[in-house]
Amino acid sequence: MKTWIAFWNILAKDMRAYYLKPPNISWGILFPVAWTLMFFVRSQDPVDIRQLLPGVVAMSVLFGTTSMLAVTITFERRSRSFERLLLAPLDLRLLMLAKTSGAILFGLVNAFVPVVFAAFLTDISGIDWGLLLAAVVFIAVTSTFLGLFIAVSVSEVFEAQTFSNFFRFPMVFLCGLFFPLSQLPIFIRPLSYALPLTYGVDLLRQAVNNTGTMHPALALAALSGFAVILFAFSTLNVNKRWIY
Amino acid sequence: MFALAASNLSKKFDQLTAVDQVSFEVKKGEIFGFLGPNGAGKTTTINMLTGLARPSSGKMEIAGQTVGSSMKRVQHLLGIVPDESNLYDELSGYDNLCFCASLYGMAKKERQTRAKELLDQFGLADAANRKFKAYSKGMKRKLTIAAGIIHNPEILFLDEPTTGIDVASARQIRQLITTLNQHGTTIFLTTHYIEEAERLCHRIAFIVAGKIVRCGPVEQLMSDVQDQQIMELSIEHCAPDLPRQLMALCPDSQAELTGEGVIRLYSPVPLPLAEIFSVIEKSKNELLEAKRIRPSLEEVFVRVTGIEKEKMSGNNMGRRKKQ
Repeated sequence: MKTWIAFWNILAKDMRAYYLKPPNISWGILFPVAWTLMFFVRSQDPVDIRQLLPGVVAMSVLFGTTSMLAVTITFERRSRSFERLLLAPLDLRLLMLAKTSGAILFGLVNAFVPVVFAAFLTDISGIDWGLLLAAVVFIAVTSTFLGLFIAVSVSEVFEAQTFSNFFRFPMVFLCGLFFPLSQLPIFIRPLSYALPLTYGVDLLRQAVNNTGTMHPALALAALSGFAVILFAFSTLNVNKRWIY
Repeated sequence: MFALAASNLSKKFDQLTAVDQVSFEVKKGEIFGFLGPNGAGKTTTINMLTGLARPSSGKMEIAGQTVGSSMKRVQHLLGIVPDESNLYDELSGYDNLCFCASLYGMAKKERQTRAKELLDQFGLADAANRKFKAYSKGMKRKLTIAAGIIHNPEILFLDEPTTGIDVASARQIRQLITTLNQHGTTIFLTTHYIEEAERLCHRIAFIVAGKIVRCGPVEQLMSDVQDQQIMELSIEHCAPDLPRQLMALCPDSQAELTGEGVIRLYSPVPLPLAEIFSVIEKSKNELLEAKRIRPSLEEVFVRVTGIEKEKMSGNNMGRRKKQ
């Protein structure tokens, strides 16, 4: 019970200090809008919003979670306030979960911004809302833990941003968002299947347009696997590098 | 009963041994001073004792419990005030304290009451709702100490609590340390300021290059220099060879220029004052002031560590600069 007091307060503090700040709220809204407009501008043909929706949702969650977490954790580490958390009588895994919960929530909210926009621009009936929610939750968790993995592997905020892009951009191009996996060179395809976003995008396609290529249970299991591995590796890294 | 004990505690970083086979005990209810120049291993020792670093070897005991690789089960007994204020800039003083209390599982009402109580005690009630980043350095230090004791720890680690703050705030903090100790908190204090340690601590350990070179009650450490005679002479137009002339007067004495026209004479035997004044007069130097200096812990430190005064001040160690 007592540890949950700490958990809840770490989450509440992060929400107040970082995620509910006006610049981050506007980032959460502007980013999905910018992605959607980008597709509109670049496309030669009339754009089917519904076809775009899975990709915009996936990128909003990925960029929202990884950007925020890489900055907040690295920043707290630099200002040494993270030491205060490490010195509290809290299990390290619970502490890391508390620190990441804010980013997961931020990712969830980010994900539904393009969905709300889409609702005004096109007919969104027929979406499998249960699967969409599950997909968004699993993508948010995995992306957040990817952000955590990046944050605990670097020392400076700018390094975190650079390192984030090292993962994010190849992932966006190889996960089937821009080119279907079947059109990718055969030797790159295994790499695509080693990326969590591939499974997330497939789940979203299945939920929104019923055009997924793999069974949702398989995609959810793959995302869970990525989440567990990234979280375990990050916690191990903190235990090894920050408690030196 | 020891509040904490370290036995042959070492910490190595590749080729560097930051803390080397350190052993000491801190008694329950005492203020234990840990003195040494920068890089001596003070903060590394604190980090090992609090759970931010793992010892390479050695044993630690906290409140009667032997602690191994995990410190989590004793961390609720410890309060830690790091050498830099590390609270959250974006939160107010009051919110910072409430947040720190929540990390120790304190219920909402309990932490709110305690936060108000500490803000009052530390003279920060008027700034309770001001953001931490708007606090002055002294206020930040006080709030950081308040955050360290919000959960009523049995042992409080204070890492250079008065470094870099003004005289009035430093004095207030020293008073707070004394009050906390009077209420039963065991205090582990590291400081650069020897006078501060001498004034506050019951027992002191000197650490140099990762090793404890002397440890004991202040009176015991002071007994090492009780027989030393120290005289400070302020002289106008001081001739460069005057210290040498004065040393020639008394065997085994040492003379050094400590400032412009200020000579300090150290001797294990009573100084021949008449001869000294006569030499100064004959050399046409004008004696402005002569005063006997009570041997201080600084002399003990110099004697046991062999660290020269210049090096000490270069390391920002010694007496507090007037501010």
